Amino acid sequence: MPEEFKPGCQRPPIKKPKPEAGVTSDISAREDKKEMVKVGKAAPDFTAPAFYNGKFMNTSLSEYKGKWVLLCFYPGDFTFV
Amino acid sequence: MLSVSVDSVYVHKMWNEHELSKMINKDIPFAMLSDQDGGIGKLYGIYDDDAGVETRGRFIIDPDGNIQGFEVLTPPVGRNVNESIRQIKAFQLVRDSKGTEATPAGWKPGKQTLKPSPDLVGNIWKVWKVEQAFDD
Repeated sequence: MPEEFKPGCQRPPIKKPKPEAGVTSDISAREDKKEMVKVGKAAPDFTAPAFYNGKFMNTSLSEYKGKWVLLCFYPGDFTFV
Repeated sequence: MLSVSVDSVYVHKMWNEHELSKMINKDIPFAMLSDQDGGIGKLYGIYDDDAGVETRGRFIIDPDGNIQGFEVLTPPVGRNVNESIRQIKAFQLVRDSKGTEATPAGWKPGKQTLKPSPDLVGNIWKVWKVEQAFDD
């Protein structure tokens, strides 16, 4: 379930997925992260602060298991397109 | 539906309040996610390091959490919402049929599907016409 958080004077903290055991953080590993995801493969899970229904909530992709999800990225709020 | 940008949740709130809610006469009916370090965009391969923003990436994720399709555009060109809906309906049909049906080019709800089988190999021209790939 998404948990509500109260607005503070700091940016809401970014929750990073725990690195898997044995994963190194050298340059080559970071380069791998830039690869495009693949169709037919699992969508990477994430948790992020969100604005929804007038509240600030921490939201995870995994909460939507069992539903179809349309995940849309865009360059920025108040942009025109 | 989930939307993601590098803006803070506070900016999302302002955008909803001052602009988006005025376009649709209600609040945005889905969660607007904040990805301030671009981490989610990097996971999905659509973060633009140079500009420091997400490009216009759109992913269809099925109920098992698998990616069925995606589209990525540079910022100045908007998406075709009807096309996203058409694709989701096509993936839902295929899933409901447990893979016994497939949707040929130009399929939309109500149009003919194909039932892949050994007999169909080399015989699609008998059951499906090129005109069906285009809108009526």
